[in-house]
Amino acid sequence: MSRMLDVRGLHAGYGQSEVIHGVDFAVEEGEVVVILGANGAGKTTTLRAICQMISTTGTIELAGQSVVGKSTTEVVRLGVAHVPQGRGTLADLSVEDNLRVGAYVRKDDINSDIQKFYEVFPRLGERRHQLAGSLSGGEQQMLAVSRALMGRPKLLLLDEPSLGLAPLIVQDLFRRFGDINRDEGVTMLVVEQNANLALDIADRAYVLEAGEIAVSGTADELRDDDAVRKAYLGY
Amino acid sequence: MSSTVTDTSTGATGAVSRALGEFYGSLRSLSAKNRRNLGIMAAVVVLFSIWAIATEGWNLFMQRVVDGVDNGFIYAAMALALVLIYKATTVVNFAQGEMAMFGTYITFVFSSDWGLPMWLSILMAMLVSALAAAGIERTLIRQFDPSNHLAITIVTLSLFLILGALAGVIWAYDGKGLPSPFPKRNETFGFLGADVEYSSVFTWITVIVTVVLVTLLLNRTKIGLAFRAVSTNLESSRLAGVHIGRTLQFGWALAAAVGTLAGSLYAPTTLLTPTFMGNLLVFSFAAATLGGLDSLGGSVLAGLLIGLIQTMAGGYVDRIGGELATATALAVIVIVLAVKPSGLFGSAKVERV
Repeated sequence: MSRMLDVRGLHAGYGQSEVIHGVDFAVEEGEVVVILGANGAGKTTTLRAICQMISTTGTIELAGQSVVGKSTTEVVRLGVAHVPQGRGTLADLSVEDNLRVGAYVRKDDINSDIQKFYEVFPRLGERRHQLAGSLSGGEQQMLAVSRALMGRPKLLLLDEPSLGLAPLIVQDLFRRFGDINRDEGVTMLVVEQNANLALDIADRAYVLEAGEIAVSGTADELRDDDAVRKAYLGY
Repeated sequence: MSSTVTDTSTGATGAVSRALGEFYGSLRSLSAKNRRNLGIMAAVVVLFSIWAIATEGWNLFMQRVVDGVDNGFIYAAMALALVLIYKATTVVNFAQGEMAMFGTYITFVFSSDWGLPMWLSILMAMLVSALAAAGIERTLIRQFDPSNHLAITIVTLSLFLILGALAGVIWAYDGKGLPSPFPKRNETFGFLGADVEYSSVFTWITVIVTVVLVTLLLNRTKIGLAFRAVSTNLESSRLAGVHIGRTLQFGWALAAAVGTLAGSLYAPTTLLTPTFMGNLLVFSFAAATLGGLDSLGGSVLAGLLIGLIQTMAGGYVDRIGGELATATALAVIVIVLAVKPSGLFGSAKVERV
């Protein structure tokens, strides 16, 4: 296994206020890594830092290549797909056009990939000509993930995919994430508050508290950690 | 295999019929409330027509309809340019009229000073305006984050003043005559009791073809897809690797070319001066607002509607006449903004989170 993402001594924030205070973590190729944490711990900021949507200091390497100082567009073209919180649906475009935008960086034929996602998520196929803004929250999340994967990324960043969705839909969605990781070999970094579900599909996890890594380990280790269990798993 | 594969491989006729189909589809997808609104409007139009024909006769009515449509198509062309810029920057570009005015002067230079045929002059002026607008976007607009609406609005206001003054310095304020680009100048034919100029019909066709071409460009090309994506969700487009700057630049160039076309079609009906777009711009803003600011087809229909309202109000209401007709356009803007801010065909901004 080679290292897909290597983050060392990361500091990031908005204007004068720093949110991430020197964080180290890594994602190996093919892994699913979860970052757990409460509201305001800096989970979203960490993902935004990787995509260089905010100014950062420290080291961020994608497959050995530094991304610090590059534009978001350049980072995306290096193979990072980011599904933002709130799903980032292109509401005025049809479902199919959303998928086409996802494949914007590609130059090869994308129709077979579009068909593939219609098979993975039949609901999207049924609604391919509908405006994406008219989809339900769960369907929009399926679309957001499909859109991100249309670019054939090396690394998929998912920001709170469970936000605002019904529990049954969230369960189904996480099962799909697991499938996609296994079948397509897509490396994933997932930020989540729903720790139970996230740990089910994760290989390893980090707990972020107030902008610093508090605990890290394999998914099983974290499940057995008393402090983590009390704070994030609720039993 | 799926229908999408065959769709993209059909020829130009298929593309045109699909564009028309999409337009029809957007009418069909209007909500019940929208359909009721359209129904009320249709009833008002019919009642007014009956009254108008009864008071001043059929021929005058038809002539005013033709004149209204004539104006309406020019408004529609300019409204199209406004809508394109609005989609690209989500601000109304106050300099759009002056950019079109400047482009029309470039047409004038090509046709008068260089002696080129009108149609070629217009095409070349459209190209020059597109390049100039791309340059303006790159140097003045891209300095600012696209979400910084106030800064961009102020920049377009300054452009408005600068271009106006510059045109005055270069070409002075006396009116220049611009010939029509179409054959059979000043010749008319009878149509249901009205006299129609051949050049008018060519203008209508030109505007319709332009709208269809722009629609195809936006719906069938990769840069068009990027343009629609950026105008819908800037952040997501950036995360998909779309080059935001280049895409918005494309929008500016396209809008400038369409604006120059509108100006060059309008100028032959009046005199070309540095302020000649003022009147046209008011009506085009009204059309773009009525059409919903982000709908291409909507702005065209709205342009026709505004043209008809202006001509009818000026013709049939004694005290309005030619001068006050401009006020009817302003009245339409105010009424639309008060009653239905998203216009007749615009997308209401509703987001599911």
